[in-house]
Amino acid sequence: MPELLRASWVIARRDFAAIIFSKAFFFFLLGPIFPLAIGIAAGSIGGQVARDIDKNSFALVMDAADSAAALKARTSLATQLGEQRVPVLVAVETDDPDSVIASGKDTRYLGVLTGSLAEPRLIGTKDEVERWQGPLELLVERAREGDSAAPARIATRLVTESSGSVEQGRLVTAQVGQALLVLLTMLLAGMVLSNLVEEKTNKIIEILAAAVPIDAIFLGKLFAMLGMALIGIACWTSLALLAILLAANGLPQLPAPAIGWPAFLALGVAYFAMAYLLLGSLFLGIGAMASTVREVQTLSMPATMGQLIFFFLASFSVTRLGEPIELFAAIFPFSSPFAMLARAAQQDALWQHLLALGWQAFWVLLLIRFGARLFRRNVLKSGGGKRGLIAGMFGRA
Amino acid sequence: MTANAIEAHGLVKIFGRQRAVDGVDLTVPAGSIFGILGPNGAGKTTTLRMLLGIVDPDEGTRTLLGTDHPLDVARRVGYLPEERGLYPSMKAYDAIAFMGALRGLPLAEGRKRGRAMLEEHGLGKAADKEVRTLSKGMAQTVQLLGTLVHEPELIVLDEPFSGLDALNQAKLERMIRAQAARGVTVIFSTHVIAHAERLCERIAIIAGGKVPFAGSVSEARDRLRPQVRLETRALDGAWRAALPADAVPEGHFWHFTLPETGVEPLLRALIEGEAGIQSLSIERPGLHDAFVAIAGADAARQLEEDQQQESADA
Repeated sequence: MPELLRASWVIARRDFAAIIFSKAFFFFLLGPIFPLAIGIAAGSIGGQVARDIDKNSFALVMDAADSAAALKARTSLATQLGEQRVPVLVAVETDDPDSVIASGKDTRYLGVLTGSLAEPRLIGTKDEVERWQGPLELLVERAREGDSAAPARIATRLVTESSGSVEQGRLVTAQVGQALLVLLTMLLAGMVLSNLVEEKTNKIIEILAAAVPIDAIFLGKLFAMLGMALIGIACWTSLALLAILLAANGLPQLPAPAIGWPAFLALGVAYFAMAYLLLGSLFLGIGAMASTVREVQTLSMPATMGQLIFFFLASFSVTRLGEPIELFAAIFPFSSPFAMLARAAQQDALWQHLLALGWQAFWVLLLIRFGARLFRRNVLKSGGGKRGLIAGMFGRA
Repeated sequence: MTANAIEAHGLVKIFGRQRAVDGVDLTVPAGSIFGILGPNGAGKTTTLRMLLGIVDPDEGTRTLLGTDHPLDVARRVGYLPEERGLYPSMKAYDAIAFMGALRGLPLAEGRKRGRAMLEEHGLGKAADKEVRTLSKGMAQTVQLLGTLVHEPELIVLDEPFSGLDALNQAKLERMIRAQAARGVTVIFSTHVIAHAERLCERIAIIAGGKVPFAGSVSEARDRLRPQVRLETRALDGAWRAALPADAVPEGHFWHFTLPETGVEPLLRALIEGEAGIQSLSIERPGLHDAFVAIAGADAARQLEEDQQQESADA
């Protein structure tokens, strides 16, 4: 074992240095900025469009007294119901209410509220009228009543949380944590697919295979990629935190997980490492069979689909804590890290995580061993058939 | 150190339906230079790969430096594969250090030795250059130095002369001799008879996955009787009865295999019969002749074609 670890370290060190000091790594670090920038740009444009569209403005064409009463009623209702639920009224002076929303005119208004408070009329398209008729009737009713109908006030006493809200909050934390874990694993684990192509293309594999066990090559490559992934994540997380702190008032508030934030974050890192190593060892084994970049590209699609299945399994089970499907997701190696992180948000027992991490580590070693055997048999043409493959799993490296 | 650096018995490797190596026996004494001679596709590389543990034999056993788990002694072995390979983005001295590190040499020490070795071989200026920028010959030298950097007891070279020009081939021969002088065992495969003949104390001739001969070069040559070329003044006479049955006339010349009884009785008969000996030469067969006799005409023809191809490539 020490020799295996030593050899893995030699491979990992070489790979890690080759990745970190390459120009490509800079672009890797910049990677998330592109979708973020597009997202911000799209969000900004979309927001502007939404603001323009969702003003819910109606032109108010009534006499001065009715208009004033309607505007006052609108303010009162918006305070109680919320700004978005009550249409905005803009007083417009015109003798021809239809002309306000006539084709080719100003498109700021969804319709026109005209007539008088006693006999109001709503002009607009069928959809807008159906949507806003109710709120506008309420508004007109309030305007007719004037100050006589003061809104009822209910005395309140606030509690910090209810049992239902704690559970609900932790579920949200579980889902957010799981989604982040899946996203990062999906982004990064697929890169392992092409990890042995360089060695095979440049004929280096022969030198490596003659000097160290194939298991050590696989293990070293996997840990080098994990190191790179963790550096990327640390970098992106720091930048994201900085951006949030600079742009907003503070971090978005997520409900505290059952196990507490420090343990949850530590487990998040540990489960990411395990998810990465589990999927990575599987992908490395599959990718090692490919001899060209094109073959690797062909393999990446089914690999991504496989990841999605594990994600669906884990996310489906997140609301079914303790049920058979959730237990299966927690035990099945490839969904286990995701399911267990969701558990950490909802249950405070620590022992189950130690057990799960041990179980996942066992599978990582098993997959590396299997991948290495498969590589020896199919690529190096060493060892026998299926029997040799199975026997080799438990033989010497 | 064990008496034999390598022992292999009945090695068999089957790819699909083809027996690439078919019952190979080899014994490589420690401290010797050993050559595996055969045409391309004869099973040389597969045999070496089995000896090194890169592939497992389907049948047979092998021990390398006393163990049947070659990777256990990887630190004591250096290997130059037939298909050369280096990481293109690595600097030359780092590539040497990395190959040493794979076999247990601390990286810092490997880097130090790498620079010194490059300097020693006239490549000091290339030490900090990336492998991708080196010429083919320089890259091959870097890889060879990487094979030697950890000072192995056993060096395995698969077609080491392949792709080298005459100058670099001579340089490599000197390096191999220098290693052997230090007590290092060197085993290499080649399809160039001259290299094996010049360098090796012992050889194995391999053809069609089998080893029809393994022993010293001298033993291989002794498989054939020396050839005699006799020139006489007289064209006929009683002396002709003394010539062996396979003697072929060519004007005043006779060509025949030296009889088992040696040259002295023949000379006596020729003198007494007044053959008038003008010239007489006895030529010991070379390794090429021995190869033809041992491996067969087809293997010899293929070997010659490989050599011609090699020369054209170089």
